[in-house]
Amino acid sequence: MSEPLLRVEGLVTTFPGARGARLPVVDRVDVAVARGEAVALVGESGCGKSMTALSIVGLVPKPGRIDAGSVRMAGRELRGLPVTALRRVRGAEIAMIFQEPATSLNPVQTVGAQVVEAITLHESVARGEARRRALGLFEQVGIPDPPARFVAYPHQLSGGLKQRVMIAIALAARPQLLIADEPTTALDVTIQAQILELLRGLARETGTAILLITHDLGVVNEIADRVAVMYAGRIVEEGTRAAVLGAPRHPYTQGLLRSIPARAAPDERLAEIPGAVPAPDMWPSGCRFADRCVLVMDTCRAREPERTSFGANAAARCHAVVAEASR
Amino acid sequence: MSAMRDAEGEPLLRVEALRVWFPVRAGLLQRPTSVLRAVDGVDLTLGAGRTLALVGESGCGKTTVGRSILRLLEPNGGRVLFEGTDLLTLGPAALRPIRRRLQIVFQDPMASLDPRLRVRDAIAEGMQAFGIGTGEAERTDRVGVELRRVRLDPSYMERFPHELSGGQRQRVCIARALAVQPRLLVCDESVSALDVSIQAQILNLLRDLQDELGLAYLFITHDLGVVRYLAHNVAVMYLGQIVETAATAQIFQDPRHPYTRALLAAMPSVDPLRRSVAVRAHGEVPSPLHPPSGCRFHTRCPEAFARCRSEAPELAASGDGASRCFLSA
Amino acid sequence: MERHVLGNLFAAAIIGLASFVAWRVRSSAFSRERVAEIVRRRPIATIVVALYLGVALLDSVAWRDAQPGEVSVEARSLLDRVFPTDFRERSYSAPLADVEFYGGQPLAHPGRHLLGTDILGRDVLHLALGGARVALLIGGLTSLIAIPLAISLGLAAGYFGGRVDDLVFFLLSTLASMPSILLLVALIMVIGRGPIQVCLALAVTSWVSFCRVVRGETLKLRELDYVQAARALGVSELRIAWRHVLPNLSHLVVITFVLTFSQLVLSEAILSWLGVGIDGSWGQMIDQARDELARDPIIGWNLAAASAALFVLILAVNRVGDAVRDVLDPHTLRHLS
Repeated sequence: MSEPLLRVEGLVTTFPGARGARLPVVDRVDVAVARGEAVALVGESGCGKSMTALSIVGLVPKPGRIDAGSVRMAGRELRGLPVTALRRVRGAEIAMIFQEPATSLNPVQTVGAQVVEAITLHESVARGEARRRALGLFEQVGIPDPPARFVAYPHQLSGGLKQRVMIAIALAARPQLLIADEPTTALDVTIQAQILELLRGLARETGTAILLITHDLGVVNEIADRVAVMYAGRIVEEGTRAAVLGAPRHPYTQGLLRSIPARAAPDERLAEIPGAVPAPDMWPSGCRFADRCVLVMDTCRAREPERTSFGANAAARCHAVVAEASR
Repeated sequence: MSAMRDAEGEPLLRVEALRVWFPVRAGLLQRPTSVLRAVDGVDLTLGAGRTLALVGESGCGKTTVGRSILRLLEPNGGRVLFEGTDLLTLGPAALRPIRRRLQIVFQDPMASLDPRLRVRDAIAEGMQAFGIGTGEAERTDRVGVELRRVRLDPSYMERFPHELSGGQRQRVCIARALAVQPRLLVCDESVSALDVSIQAQILNLLRDLQDELGLAYLFITHDLGVVRYLAHNVAVMYLGQIVETAATAQIFQDPRHPYTRALLAAMPSVDPLRRSVAVRAHGEVPSPLHPPSGCRFHTRCPEAFARCRSEAPELAASGDGASRCFLSA
Repeated sequence: MERHVLGNLFAAAIIGLASFVAWRVRSSAFSRERVAEIVRRRPIATIVVALYLGVALLDSVAWRDAQPGEVSVEARSLLDRVFPTDFRERSYSAPLADVEFYGGQPLAHPGRHLLGTDILGRDVLHLALGGARVALLIGGLTSLIAIPLAISLGLAAGYFGGRVDDLVFFLLSTLASMPSILLLVALIMVIGRGPIQVCLALAVTSWVSFCRVVRGETLKLRELDYVQAARALGVSELRIAWRHVLPNLSHLVVITFVLTFSQLVLSEAILSWLGVGIDGSWGQMIDQARDELARDPIIGWNLAAASAALFVLILAVNRVGDAVRDVLDPHTLRHLS
């Protein structure tokens, strides 16, 4: 198997907790994204998915820090790179778009200028050429009437348009990997549909790989080829979209899918996952999902489950699933 | 459970031609230059013990409708008939006792609770204001009852909001609203800020409470999946107007208005065999300050034709509901 | 009422207030954590401020020694009693000197004046320590007057808006457009030159900026969901303002108090420079020391002592103030819990 474009192994990112202890919010996470592939990292709030993305590009906010693990991009280790080299990677090789386009864009600069800046930052291009490329990007991301929008300021644009600008900026330096952190969560559903369609089309056209961070399983289904489900800092299930969404093995994934109201029959009661996600300083020993799990056994509280593969397309971290499979 | 759901109650709430217009001031002298028609002629009906979902995207005016019904915002026109009385004609003194029967649960559970009040005091506040309970001790007992009703242990009453999780805070907000024994609960995006697993818990709770207490819900949301689970009837809003109303089943099986169809098409499914998202509303949402001429949806509608640009359609009967579209009459 | 009795009452009131605050803080784990965090961040500054407070308190409790037959015995405070009675010399003497600065006459208390004596022969160290009481009086009493005034007007303006807001804004703008030093001096000329009058004048000029901040914060709090919820629950507007808005301004109050404290002390120093300050303050010492700089050789210890005492207190208060602001800011609430 060829080396994936992005390989993250054993990533541990910690934050200081009470009394000086360091709590891992990303706990020994492994992710791999092949060229041109779309991988979704999905989980609820507090599971560590956003922090994983930030760790990959080296943007973990203080007082957090990466304590262990390796992040290899196109074979090159990113951890330990000096800041100047890392900056060259950001934008040119890995680009990132965020949830809130309003705060990600500079309010006192026209959106056109910001796209031009993104281009000239990574390539030495003449101003005229950069402007031409920027206008081309505007068209590519579906912004109507590009010359008019080019000179607009962010506050003059709607949420959907701002997000398209963000995507244009991200693609400006032709990165190999696009990390999208909740790119459509703040958008209305009809606009979300447009952006999802755009992302899918662009990925196909340009061959850019996507690492999608989201909590919305519907969005995952629309974009991803492979899915990894995170809970309390760990990846609890991963596999192809068909495997994870169609035949989920981990009780958490199953519970999540059963909680979606759109899937319930009209008079059926939504299956709830009781309790709530434990905070990092309250993680139990053993499986972190044990307190909320319908399949909980004694082993679950004693030992953290290992990662078990089920063929090439699926893997899960659960004692109960292993027990079931070996029957 | 199903008996409650099928009974056609007397309309508990009837909203007629509700208008909320905000003047937009500009210029040196801050003169009103134009008008933001946030809510522009909205009619709603809600029976006792039933749920009406008010659906739309941001800027459509649904939150404004919810707050206007409770007179947290003052509307400019129309009638809000609650149990037969027009709330908009009442003075503050006459309105106060009726306030008790209309309560609201907001979207952000953190912002809905005063960070300095313990849960007990937050829930008892309404009881105190309306004179429910004959003393602190009795009110504390009642707080315990309400907490149990929302599936929280009564010991939670000693906690502060920052000691609770998002789902627990939302339960406290619901308990606070229930403490004054309302007949109608406006849920303004009450589950939108919650994780999907917590959302399921709260949705189940709301359904159970409706069965136990005969509450009516005006459920304001943008999430059609939640609508399907909770609502008996649906009203779809776009740019300040109702564009379609129908029973829930009909909205999903046979939507009449192109905007409703666009909303449904945009809903992603989680079935890996079906990537279903289709774009059926192109372009951006127009600003409510400058609504398009004629039919307000025509700029984004895939089925628009000449008449849509010049003439504004009325909300006309269509199937078992109503739709504001020339094509569905 | 005799001055020292007033001082005693004041000291008793301060101790009472401090005990009350301490009891309120102790009874809430939340507040205890905050205070502990403040002390943890600025341990030295907190100790310094506490020391100054201690000295000020010592100087506030005073009484007369009963002497049969003598009528005009001065009241002496606990601080005064640390130093020997009648510790004065005739005139200047250098720190730890045995002889007078001019003329070389032997001193009454040779080698005992750690920081020398001033033109009237008073011990400089004693004077410098005494200034602490004055400084804390300025900060405390002025805030006691200015803060309630600013809160009530700012809250009313922000919450009720309309005419009330217009009126308060008019007051604010009028006061803000007058140069504060001139206004201060004019006020003192009119109402008199005692310590209470100076504090009153300082309060009049310093409530404006805080009032603006309160008004702004109230405007923000008024729109929050929990205020709307209270309205829906039938709570009256006045009760909402009192119960929901006011307590959530308390962090602002503490921050403002600590940060404007130093401004007030410095303002008084300027007033003393202009001749209208409070007796016994460091500002007055610095003003008196002006002439001494023109002498040859320069007599600097007077000025140095007062300036150093002033500088150290203000530095300590500012450092504690930074910590207070960081810890009490609602945005840092999440990090601590």
